[in-house]
Amino acid sequence: MVSIRSIPSSPDSLSVKDMPWIVEHDESRCTLCGRCTSVCPVGAIRLSYMRKRMPKIALNSTERGNSFKTFVGIRQRTDVEHRCIGCGMCATVCPNEAIGPVPNPTIDRFRFQSTKGGNAVKRGGRRNTPGPSLLDRIIFDRISMLTDPALDAGRHEFQVNTLLGRVLPPEEYLSRRAKGEWIPPVREIFPFIIGSMSFGALSPNMWLGLLQGVAYCNEVLGIPVVMATGEGGCPPWVLKSKFLKYIILQIASGYFGWDEIIRAIPEMQCDPAAIEIKYGQGAKPGDGGLLMWYKVSKLIARLRGVPEGVDLPSPPVHQTLYSIEESVMKMIQTMSMAWNFRVPVYPKISGSTSAKAVLNNLVRNPYAAGLLIDGIDGGTGAAYNVSMDAMGHPIASNLRECYLDLCAQGRQNEIPLFAAGGVGKNGNVTQNGMALIMLGASGVHMGKYIMQAAAGCLGSEYNRCNVCNIGLCPKGITSQNPKLYRRLDPDEVAQRVVDTFKAINLEIKKIMAPLGRSQSLPIGMSDAIGIDDEAVARRLQIKYVC
Amino acid sequence: MCRLAMKTASEPFSPYDILKAMEAMQEGYDGSGLGLLLRGVEFADFNYQPTQPILSGIAHTEDALRRLNHFMQARGYELKYDHEFDLDLTKIESKDRYKYFVMVYKTPDEWQDLPQDEIDEKLTFTRLAIRRNGEEHNGDLTVFSFWPDVVMIKEVGWPLEVGQALGLDSGRIKSRICMAQGRQNTNYGINLYACHPFFIQGIGTMTNGENTAFVPIRDWLTGRHYPAYVGYQSDSEVFTHILHYVTKKLKLPLQAYKHVITPLKAEELEKHPQGDFLLGLRNSCRRLIIDGPNCVMGSLPDETCILVMDAKKLRPATVGGRDGEWAMASEMCGLDAMIPDRDRHLDFQPMREHTVVIPPERQEFKIWSQFDPFPLPQTA
Repeated sequence: MVSIRSIPSSPDSLSVKDMPWIVEHDESRCTLCGRCTSVCPVGAIRLSYMRKRMPKIALNSTERGNSFKTFVGIRQRTDVEHRCIGCGMCATVCPNEAIGPVPNPTIDRFRFQSTKGGNAVKRGGRRNTPGPSLLDRIIFDRISMLTDPALDAGRHEFQVNTLLGRVLPPEEYLSRRAKGEWIPPVREIFPFIIGSMSFGALSPNMWLGLLQGVAYCNEVLGIPVVMATGEGGCPPWVLKSKFLKYIILQIASGYFGWDEIIRAIPEMQCDPAAIEIKYGQGAKPGDGGLLMWYKVSKLIARLRGVPEGVDLPSPPVHQTLYSIEESVMKMIQTMSMAWNFRVPVYPKISGSTSAKAVLNNLVRNPYAAGLLIDGIDGGTGAAYNVSMDAMGHPIASNLRECYLDLCAQGRQNEIPLFAAGGVGKNGNVTQNGMALIMLGASGVHMGKYIMQAAAGCLGSEYNRCNVCNIGLCPKGITSQNPKLYRRLDPDEVAQRVVDTFKAINLEIKKIMAPLGRSQSLPIGMSDAIGIDDEAVARRLQIKYVC
Repeated sequence: MCRLAMKTASEPFSPYDILKAMEAMQEGYDGSGLGLLLRGVEFADFNYQPTQPILSGIAHTEDALRRLNHFMQARGYELKYDHEFDLDLTKIESKDRYKYFVMVYKTPDEWQDLPQDEIDEKLTFTRLAIRRNGEEHNGDLTVFSFWPDVVMIKEVGWPLEVGQALGLDSGRIKSRICMAQGRQNTNYGINLYACHPFFIQGIGTMTNGENTAFVPIRDWLTGRHYPAYVGYQSDSEVFTHILHYVTKKLKLPLQAYKHVITPLKAEELEKHPQGDFLLGLRNSCRRLIIDGPNCVMGSLPDETCILVMDAKKLRPATVGGRDGEWAMASEMCGLDAMIPDRDRHLDFQPMREHTVVIPPERQEFKIWSQFDPFPLPQTA
């Protein structure tokens, strides 16, 4: 037995097999080109010198039976900072398929050591709950066949757009119209919205690509897609462009970028699509936005009016507000007033059992233009693991409760509810979105899906990559480092945005046509959906099917 | 897909004529429900005053009828006439029909000074109370309408058989308007309350299609918390209630109905002379957009008849006739059966943008396109 001090055995000493991702490397195929080690965003693999035994048959006793040879090989590092994140860039660049990460099939020991330096673990990305989501399990089961002529998704005309903005009850509309009074602004938009991801969280190229794609959808295809900025402002050239009408500007508790926005108002060619006031986010409810210092580049610092290279944690609440009454009264009204009541202003909150209370307050506020509820499966650029994993409320029942509450009051057409959090997390974006719409949402916001579909984000529900927070995005989507974000061609992103929305548009029709719907988006058409879980069906007040 | 027939004539006619038209269109329904709405009513053995409300329905037991009479008496209604049908119950499938009642009442004297709106509400709530009473007693009492100058009959079975069973061929009841619908049962159960036409406060409509947007529309109408927006045993009942909502609650002209249930697209509204108003109306009434295909036929208290085509135009409808006598039917053969000797060149098949209106004078029918402006009150 060797002495304990002669083997490396500190609490945080980990072996390769303790890591969440294990790099498998086939030396027989490797040409030592070094591409994998140079592309690895976290430096998890390195070229190292090693010695190996070369057995040989000894013909006489003076000769040793083995000889040793020094060689260069790829090795995985096992310290916390350089753990493999499973992004798979090594496999992408390897010309010989010699390397690639595989998930650790056991409970890795890494997770117990990852709080080095007393820092709670943060990550970007997603909640990491693999398997079919509840939304994936909702099916559309009310098919019009013989009772009605089935519609043809390819030939008939479909009205798939939704409304964003406060809609007056008919009596009130007629009365205000007669008196020439203010009628709240309402936008007709595509029901799938690019959810708020800030200029800062996203790289300039990603942001530009999204905007180009959105503009093309609107101006060439006639699909009125809008995108939300997230907290962090908007580049001045966009604010003063005619593309602003496709953008929902977000204001959050850090007010980043709003100096530029307010200054640009007199020079705006058009109004923004809407203003989103972020009170909460599904990925980290009760926690403010966070842009970690790695990503606060010169450009971002200028846009946000802050020094370079500092962490930008937004407060968990808007500092000027101490109550919901105040938030409703002041914030919504102030933002409405900034654009002379021509722009819808709505709050975004985290999914929560208190969502109904917020909603009821909004119902009584004549300026509130809607409510966006972001469920627990929402993504983020940066958050504490514990917030992402354990805080929040799933979107389906939260949304449904709010919708039914509005129905009971007869106000379901007045305050449009938008849902977010896990829409398309397993790729079924249209199905997930339409399920939420039939549960009562007027539309859905999606972030992660767009990053995956439009820019090839590597993240998965198995904690793959998820380093959006530290600016090392290997695809250049969430990095502010030009070396990384130049990997992303905005034109290609735009093309994929267009592909994505064209496909969603067609899939919406493919869902609506068999249901016999074409004249309006089937908001709240709960008779059309079912799920194979009795308890869920009861909770959502939809059919149980088996 | 159901079948529709409606005739309006200056000279009262027997509802049996319309049942013959239904018979002509027999391919299109399964006998799961037949409904008749008669307006401008005349009884052979009673001098009816058109201001007196008529209660129509079915008492399924003797006890139910007794309860009904007691109920009406207790509320001060005075029975003026109780129509006795020449019944032949062997021709009726259902075995629990004790009495088909069509009873004319005189409203309580103290109502004389009440405004018309209040009287309308009282009549409506009386009907709803009777309906509830029936529902509380295992459905032994079914009531279809309680309104001046309107008789309604609903029964399960084939049109001619039902007509003969009730002796409608005797000519003892006639009317200037008769609406009839033969139901093809689709989603919802066989239920007398699910038979068209549907009726609320003088407004009756019927349709030949399925409204797939039913649930969101029902939820919205229910949210108005107006006690008469109940029922919804059929997805088509919402058409009647929407027409009621648009004309009585919003007090909009008849043309607005088309703009509410099947609004124009945003790009079409941009070119419409009243586009700005209509866009706002479309947004506000968004939950009332129907998803047919449906052709909606209806009649109003002033004996105006309307036909509104849905936006998909996947349902047939045709209008034709001559001065003083017009008919609408879902099929040409139905129209032929009702008015065979008309000038067929004047027949009209409405398209997706059309509302056809036959005014009470019955000289001609008017075709109104949704793309055309329409007179709006100052308030709009």
